Amino acid sequence: MVMWIAVTVVKLLIYFAILMLFVAYGTLAERKVAGHIQDRLGPYHCGPHGVLQPLADGLKLFFKEDIVASEADKFLYFLAPALAVVPPLLVLGIIPIGESITIAGKTIPLPIANINVAVLYFLGVTSLSVYAIMLGGWSGNSKYPLLGGLRSAAQFISYELVLGLSIIGVVMLVGSFNLVDIVKYQKDMWLFIKQPVAFVAYMVAAIAELNRAPFDLPEAESELVGGYHTEYSSMKFALFFLGEYANMVVSSAIATALFLGGWYAPCSFLSFIPGPVWFLLKTFALFFFMLWIRWTYPRLRYDQLMGMCWKYLIPITLFNILGTGLVVILKAGGV
Amino acid sequence: MYQHISPYIPVFILFVIALAFGTVTLLVAWLVRPNAPYDEKLSPYECGINPLMPGKVNVPIRFFVIILLFLLFDVEAVFMYPWAVMYEKLGWWGFIEMFLFIVILLVGYIYAWAKGALEWE
Repeated sequence: MVMWIAVTVVKLLIYFAILMLFVAYGTLAERKVAGHIQDRLGPYHCGPHGVLQPLADGLKLFFKEDIVASEADKFLYFLAPALAVVPPLLVLGIIPIGESITIAGKTIPLPIANINVAVLYFLGVTSLSVYAIMLGGWSGNSKYPLLGGLRSAAQFISYELVLGLSIIGVVMLVGSFNLVDIVKYQKDMWLFIKQPVAFVAYMVAAIAELNRAPFDLPEAESELVGGYHTEYSSMKFALFFLGEYANMVVSSAIATALFLGGWYAPCSFLSFIPGPVWFLLKTFALFFFMLWIRWTYPRLRYDQLMGMCWKYLIPITLFNILGTGLVVILKAGGV
Repeated sequence: MYQHISPYIPVFILFVIALAFGTVTLLVAWLVRPNAPYDEKLSPYECGINPLMPGKVNVPIRFFVIILLFLLFDVEAVFMYPWAVMYEKLGWWGFIEMFLFIVILLVGYIYAWAKGALEWE
């Protein structure tokens, strides 16, 4: 028991370190990718090619003065950024980075918590993000954050539906909520080949849930100044951003497990590379994809955004469920 | 190995760490940062002028409609999850049942669309 808890804590620390590294260099990657897409260099002065930039940014944000707007609700104002980092860290526990590892003759399973309702857990926990955004927008006693928070909440819950409905197709094929089972199912063929519609719907919903361009209406700079974190400064502002990037990382990781074959190598002759490396590579590829989208497409209008969700994605995902059902049954019937 | 220990214990540890992370970071920042407030600095942001109206403005009723629709569809999605897990065992009857369920749902959906609940002016 003591041994087991020690192993769990060590695993937690390693996963946490990987996530924080991913997040820190995600911010740098964002600026570098943005720079190169726009034919600039991006951050260049802190260390060679700017590799120390995340460190410099972090230190700077620690030493910045924190401005709490007058008439702000002090407790909620403090609570919102602290809550913003909770959902992605909770999802971290179910990410199946690999199946198991053998150290000194003992087999240790790699996921921190191999729970059998992992998909439901993921959906439930990510939907908590909306509280941080809503509270952050409301507590500042200012108009821009309030409107940004409201928009964000409406957008978030709409796309939450698409996210949930898109995963149902995968669950139908696999017959399990357990992410390890779902990855094992993809040993021969990745699920995005069998569920292309679900994959596209998942990615669109994930990007929209994260309030990232082209769906970044809640923080549309040109009309809402800074959105729900207009009134936030210093470390509180940093925590919102940390939460956002951590959310991007865990959404990419879950998409990797659900659709991109998790820890399996794309071709059998590449399987000498260990599974966790593949998992991280695929996660980074999806992360890069999100950055790429952001710096390539212009922002949608709000009515287009909500219309796309309610008028296109929800019917499409519903028909995807029916179509998947029909195919599964015809195959089982031997037709 | 360790099958008898609940897999939710790590989740609980993670929850404690997650809450502690945000709080501790904010407390450390509170210890090291400067603090020199004055009235103009603390006023809510309004493009540089003094705030004109109270911060808590009325919000459009459209958002409420979206919440209602969400509630409806989310309950339906919850109903679909256990069905999806057991799908292969349910066979044709499972498919027909879900087909009817989705058809009934789509009737409500089309009604909402026709009434303009999905439009955003």
